[in-house]
Amino acid sequence: MIVVLWTDALVWVLVALVVAYVLYARRKAHLAAPWRRVGRSASGMAAAVVIAAMAIVALADSLHFRPRLPGGDPAKPAYAVQVLSVLDLALESLRTRGERTYSAPFATRLYQRETVELGEGKVAREFARLRHGGAHLADEGDRWADIARRGLAGAAGGAAAWAALAWALAWLAARRARLPVRAAWARMLDGSGAVHWPAVLFTLLPFCILVGAVVPLASVYHVLGTDKVGQDVLYLAMKSVRTAYVIGGLTALVMLPLAVLLGIAAGYFRGWIDDLIQYVYTTINSIPGVLLIAAVVLMMQVWLDQNPDFFPTSAQRADARLLLLCVILGVTGWTGLARLLRAETLKVRELEYIQAARAFGVRDLRIITRHVLPNVMHIVVISLVMSFSGLVLAEAVLSYVGVGVDPTMTSYGTMINTARLEMAREPMVWWTLGAAFVFMFLIVLSANLLADAVRDAFDPRVRVGRRLATGRAA
Amino acid sequence: MIAYVVRRILYAVPTLIGVNLIAFALFFVANTPDDMARMALGAKRVTPEAVEKWKAERGYDRPLLFNGEARGAKKLTDTIFFDKSVRLFAFDFGNADDGRNIGHEIRTRMWPSLALAIPSLLVGLAVYVTAALAFALFRASAFDIWGVVACIALMSISALFYIVGGQYLVSKLWSLVPISGYQGGVDSFKFLVLPVLVGLAAGFGESVRVYRTFFLEEIGRDYVRTARAKGLSDAALLGRHVLKNAAIPILTGVVAAIPGLFLGSLLTESFFGIPGLGSYTIDAIQAQDFAVVRSMVFLGAVLTILGYLLADLSYTLVDPRVRFE
Repeated sequence: MIVVLWTDALVWVLVALVVAYVLYARRKAHLAAPWRRVGRSASGMAAAVVIAAMAIVALADSLHFRPRLPGGDPAKPAYAVQVLSVLDLALESLRTRGERTYSAPFATRLYQRETVELGEGKVAREFARLRHGGAHLADEGDRWADIARRGLAGAAGGAAAWAALAWALAWLAARRARLPVRAAWARMLDGSGAVHWPAVLFTLLPFCILVGAVVPLASVYHVLGTDKVGQDVLYLAMKSVRTAYVIGGLTALVMLPLAVLLGIAAGYFRGWIDDLIQYVYTTINSIPGVLLIAAVVLMMQVWLDQNPDFFPTSAQRADARLLLLCVILGVTGWTGLARLLRAETLKVRELEYIQAARAFGVRDLRIITRHVLPNVMHIVVISLVMSFSGLVLAEAVLSYVGVGVDPTMTSYGTMINTARLEMAREPMVWWTLGAAFVFMFLIVLSANLLADAVRDAFDPRVRVGRRLATGRAA
Repeated sequence: MIAYVVRRILYAVPTLIGVNLIAFALFFVANTPDDMARMALGAKRVTPEAVEKWKAERGYDRPLLFNGEARGAKKLTDTIFFDKSVRLFAFDFGNADDGRNIGHEIRTRMWPSLALAIPSLLVGLAVYVTAALAFALFRASAFDIWGVVACIALMSISALFYIVGGQYLVSKLWSLVPISGYQGGVDSFKFLVLPVLVGLAAGFGESVRVYRTFFLEEIGRDYVRTARAKGLSDAALLGRHVLKNAAIPILTGVVAAIPGLFLGSLLTESFFGIPGLGSYTIDAIQAQDFAVVRSMVFLGAVLTILGYLLADLSYTLVDPRVRFE
């Protein structure tokens, strides 16, 4: 049975909007030009590859269903309470092969001693073998040889997949440019094309090798260990990607209409409308962000607790909380963008052709949509891309404070939160924290690099400033 | 100038009223005191009597806005709105759920917060400005480019990792300072070194990058080219002219942050066990003590508005082109 969670629906709406924007921008030279500049930026394209790869994981995790229970009447099938996603299907082996408790990466035994019955009433304290991790090994001494063999074979497979992909891209480029494949390949590699292909390809290469090596290993080991209840940490880290993307993406979806409408209205109409809107955002702005969010989230929690019947499954409840968190972040976070838009609109509305349009009696709504909005759009694009990384980081902090996502929902915030206590254990459990660190760092770093490339491409001031700053002798 | 200050303070009043109304709407209208009582008492076994008792203890058993049963002015004053929201303007915060006076807690807890926040601010400012100047001096060199890359990488690490990593390395592995805790007086030094350093590292990437662009913007101006044409060395140019002019946005940013120092840092204080206002707020959020959260929202807004006011004033003082208007 297909389950459409609220955030799923909105994630797909967001995807549809992005696709629509891309299709629209492709046909308009002035919209496509800055994006071409992004395409030629090496760091921007490398970051885009990572962002896109993670986005695939997030999207696969946004198609939910409840599996049919085996047996029962085929006419009236029964469904499990558990809500799974397509990603869960792909990671079936990671999800279901849980251990009893902590185990280190690539371990074959538990991380702590357990009391084991030896039969005849004797008991011993020992590190028990894992149920799944390395269970295929007859002799545990072969472990590292086995890991090296599987890892290398997988890495070779990954490299081969990369080569095939690179060849396919070169072939496509050759077809389009009517060149021999070899010449097209050489042109791709010199980085002079419309897209900085070397950056794309050489980000994909380590990525393919890594994925290739991890896939065969993950099916027999716990590559990143297991957590307190024995869940595979790699699985948790992959599931958290969606939470991070939903927070980063849906908040933008909430923030955008508020900021654009109010910011432009304030700058365009001035007078009492401007005063009112300015008053609203100064008021919201003057409350320190975390406190405002905490206050709203606390109240939301009270409401959720009062209305438990709204949500048939715990996944739907956690999802509602995630969505409300995005709404809260959006409603408290639109002020910065609105202020920028107001200031820019104040400048734009005095441009001569807009004054001319007004003199001709063009209606305000039409002036705003035809003339003002396209002139301030670059600010919107820059702010949206730049807000993403901040939101991913904010999620972790908010979850620590206790006003983030539902504790049952996997996210980097909840992972860090549990890992904090594990650091104090003796011996220390470091892999949950390590996994959250690496994944979060990759996402946020790529988002920051991409945001930089977008800002450089869209903001005319930055380009001029850079020329001035770097041309010191000139 | 006095007229300007008075006018600015008067402008702040409607904003504070707005903050107060938002807080009131959030805490009492969106959810009734009954909901809060049920939540505080635990969802399972709540009797109506227990709810009434909980509300009476905290003064939530009155009408929201208008008390028809009282007489005279009490019709308006003997209400939740007057007692819980209007009184905030007199900085009368009432009691927390554990019965302690919130105002008293704030007055004692602000000192540890300041003990952490002031050194963090000063050390941070000195280090960030020096580093940004160094990048600006060697602009467009490999040092600058890789420095900016390092800044972006440092920015991409969550503050939580800086804290956990710092505690692990310095306190657990090297055992240099206690892992958390606080003591007043001279002893506070050993408890504060690590939080200050962690804060320094966590803010490095973002601040240095912003300050560097301030410097670069200034370097691009005409007077700099003139000065260089007259034979001034790069270092003298940066130190004497560029630093002074680029300091204006840095200074106003810092001034705006000064009142907020009282509020302390939520994360650092709670991780390092410093009994300041930041950890007070976090504890209140986690214990769902609405009275404390409400008070901190109001106090935070007052301090933020004060910060904006000071920033505007300092701007007019250091930049003669800006006039009081």
